[in-house]
Amino acid sequence: MTAASASWTGRISRLPRPGKRTYVGVLALVTVVAYLGVRTSGAADSDSSAAFRFFTDVRTWVDDNRDTSPVFLYGINYVRLGVVELVGAVQSLLYALGGAGLVAAAGALSLVLAGWRAAVLAVAGFLSLGVLGLWDESVDTLVLTLSAVLLSVLIGVPIGVLAARVRAVGAVLRPVLDVMQIMPTFAYLAPMTLLFLIGSPAAVIATLIYALPVTIRITALGIREVSPTTVEAATALGSTRWQVLRKVRLPTAAPAIVLAVNQTIMMALSMVVVTALIDAPGLGENIIQALERVNVGAAFDAGLAIVILAIVLDRVTTRAATYRRRGIRVTAAAVAAAVVVALIPWGDSFPTFSFAKPVNDLSHWVEFHWYDATEAIKNAVSAALLNPLESVLTTTPWWFFVLVVAVFGTLVSGWRSAVIAALAAAGIAGLGLWLHAMQTLATVLVATLVTMALGVLLGVLCARHDRFAAGLRPLLDAAQTMPSFVYLLPALALFGATRFTAIVAAVIYAVPPVVRLVERGIRDVPATVVEAALSAGSTPRQLLWKVQLPMARSGLLLAANQGIVMVLAMVVVGGLVGAGALGYDVVAGFAQREDFGKGLAAGFAIVLLGVLLDRLTQGLSRTPAKGHS
Amino acid sequence: MPTTIDVDHLWKVFGPRPDRVPGSPLADLSRPDLRTRTGNVVAVHDVSFAVEQGEVFVVMGLSGSGKSTLVRCLTRLIEPTAGEVRIDGRPVREMNPKQLRDLRRHGVAMVFQHFGLLPHREVIDNVAYGLEIQGTSRAARHKRAGEVLDLVGLTGHEHQFPDQLSGGMQQRVGLARALATDPAVLLFDEPFSALDPLIRRDMQAEVRRLHAEVGKTLVFITHDLSEALTLGDRIAVMRDGALVQVGTPEELVGAPADDYVTDFVRDVPRADVLTLRWIARPRRADETPDGEPLPEGTLIRDAIPRILRANGPVRIVPSPGAGGAGAGGAGAGGAGAGGVRAGGSGAAGPGKSGTGGAGARGDYSGADLVVGVEELLPVIAGHGDRVPA
Repeated sequence: MTAASASWTGRISRLPRPGKRTYVGVLALVTVVAYLGVRTSGAADSDSSAAFRFFTDVRTWVDDNRDTSPVFLYGINYVRLGVVELVGAVQSLLYALGGAGLVAAAGALSLVLAGWRAAVLAVAGFLSLGVLGLWDESVDTLVLTLSAVLLSVLIGVPIGVLAARVRAVGAVLRPVLDVMQIMPTFAYLAPMTLLFLIGSPAAVIATLIYALPVTIRITALGIREVSPTTVEAATALGSTRWQVLRKVRLPTAAPAIVLAVNQTIMMALSMVVVTALIDAPGLGENIIQALERVNVGAAFDAGLAIVILAIVLDRVTTRAATYRRRGIRVTAAAVAAAVVVALIPWGDSFPTFSFAKPVNDLSHWVEFHWYDATEAIKNAVSAALLNPLESVLTTTPWWFFVLVVAVFGTLVSGWRSAVIAALAAAGIAGLGLWLHAMQTLATVLVATLVTMALGVLLGVLCARHDRFAAGLRPLLDAAQTMPSFVYLLPALALFGATRFTAIVAAVIYAVPPVVRLVERGIRDVPATVVEAALSAGSTPRQLLWKVQLPMARSGLLLAANQGIVMVLAMVVVGGLVGAGALGYDVVAGFAQREDFGKGLAAGFAIVLLGVLLDRLTQGLSRTPAKGHS
Repeated sequence: MPTTIDVDHLWKVFGPRPDRVPGSPLADLSRPDLRTRTGNVVAVHDVSFAVEQGEVFVVMGLSGSGKSTLVRCLTRLIEPTAGEVRIDGRPVREMNPKQLRDLRRHGVAMVFQHFGLLPHREVIDNVAYGLEIQGTSRAARHKRAGEVLDLVGLTGHEHQFPDQLSGGMQQRVGLARALATDPAVLLFDEPFSALDPLIRRDMQAEVRRLHAEVGKTLVFITHDLSEALTLGDRIAVMRDGALVQVGTPEELVGAPADDYVTDFVRDVPRADVLTLRWIARPRRADETPDGEPLPEGTLIRDAIPRILRANGPVRIVPSPGAGGAGAGGAGAGGAGAGGVRAGGSGAAGPGKSGTGGAGARGDYSGADLVVGVEELLPVIAGHGDRVPA
């Protein structure tokens, strides 16, 4: 053996073993080849799969046994009755106050709880609901929202306290809340109608399910963050456990609990609007009717009313969290003033104003003048991204998809998440909605891509330019208080009733939280590290690419996870405006009795899709950067 | 004086099955060894001491030495693993929850490092909290809170919220809260370590003043040696959960029990802490003392000018009264070991700290004692461990 060859063998033995990247590359290649071998023609879903028939049978059974089965007789029907009573009570209270009374009461309550600015906002906001000519609808929406919030707080706050104080309760609740939070709103409307029939009770309970996790989570967080020294000090002075809870933990966590109420109200309002799909009264009905007729102007009025309600409720409760209560004198004066105002009769001659015509004019103008541009964008995205992706996904046999999810899921998120994700994928196939699910998935992926690109760009800009951030913040705030339905309006105005509208709405809906998470991730990079990089002579660009973005990795991945779940929720709502696929199946299920089974199955498919996407991306943000070692 | 707090072979072990550790061979392992073998950490290791009524007892140690755990074991904010604590003769560990609450409500109050104030309450309601949970009427508790706020110099701040006050003022509120229930014992857990040095000095003066005015028994936790020397009637030095030495500031500086304590007190100006008793020696036959004799309890610092000016050594006489700053009237010869109950390690003290002094103290009662310039110089010039034999 020569010296040269010896050095060669030495060098070969020192070669690194193939890294994870190599494996992923090879696997990707194998996947592509295998796909080309096994792809199918992407046949349409059957209209009567076993799952649909099963769900239809379930519905028939429930309808037949609603008044005889003990489950309904002694359980569900009582729940329904209780909710009906609650909604009735709230409704009669608000109706009894009358128009002027309600405005006055809202003003007085805001004044006492949140100061005069909030009171002025509340009075102006409520009056403008009347001006829009949507007073009755707004009150109906308010009734449902308040009922659901009342229930959420009554149930959620005690559970939140328990979850924070009793380790076992917290551990059991965490996965339950996780699943509740990734469920897209659309998905659990159908089961609600099955159990509670259509109308207000089902709407309130669906809203409760949607809002409750937030109530519990924030309350628990607030209780957990009470300073241990304060608790210890109170204990050292001889407080009983009950005294510590009542006089220390709850009051100290009060701002967090008010924040929980605030977030619960926002969630509830957003969901109450959606429940118009299951025949809940209120502003949601106006929007859905307008959307179905592609009447952007009519929807705009209702959307504006919702936004006003959201802003009033948000500002009043946000301020209440930090506001130090007024004395008894201010309270008395406010109540007296409210009573006086309430006695003023609410004339029929109330001036009204509708934005319907100008908005419709504008919308037609946009349609007419920007048609070429919007069409070009739509066609370009469709041809370059959406169509190829959709055809690949729909022609993939389900078993191959499950396999790919399992293999790549294991690589990305570990085998546990991968198994759950693969089971979810298999479940979708089992429901007999493979084609629609893959179409929805393609839309979700494209929308997520756009969302992330836009969100990271804006987030980076926000983190690097304080002024830009200050300018964008009110927009982001406003965007996050708005109920999801509202986002369909500008998209609809620009792109008409197509699946592309759903993408645009989803992007508008999901970008704000992504921007926030990205900005926070970058801003959280320790100042000393940034300083060190700068003193080493980094350019701003190098600082961003070599220090800030890599260190903000977990923030970015969390943003991706949040973004994708939000996009899914919005894309299925797009079923209302021509996005088709699963969202449409759900809507059709509400509309036609013979499609109920398919609608319910589509709801489950959406949940499974949500679980699939969440599991795959959640692993991303959990595994720290391992490098190539 | 009667004993207020009596701590008897107290143990606190964290981790799984803590009961098996006290008294077993496991307790003799080093901290890292024990942690790897069983997962336990001994925070308080067989500690015994007694605090007398009206005394300021300081527990000093570095962070992690178990001093905060020790003070929490006194009222069972942390449940001890073994041993007993008696407060006014009543065994704390045998108390049921109600008795324990009564002890915390009326007998023992505590001041915390990070204040632990209730952010949602005004100052006056923070101070009145202890009375409120006892069921005192609003008027009565506010009256009392007003008095205590006056005592700590916070009159006029009653209706502010804690976050509107500076750190020093917040801690005054914490102090007032502890005083409001008029407890016999006050526990201080590093109360001033979160404050600025100047404020800290003010607060130390405040504690000394309050102690003089209200005459409570104080247990004071600190990691700051100068704070311990300033405040403490007696100081207990803790290391890895065990007491290394218990004694007066003078004993700690003059006769450190081991290298650890020696290291601790290395930078203390000895002349500021030690009295003439520590450097006195028998008069040699050929010497004539000069000038007025000095009491043995005089701080060396204060005696320096006299001794330097004198022609020859100065005679030292017993202090008037009960022996000055020494260990409560005990013979000065026993002072080095008198207060120590921690494994008798104090006995090593006098031998190390300069044989001249120790030898002299041995037959103190008989001979004439003097201090000359040659005794003074090493104390002024050097540090504890460099005193020549």
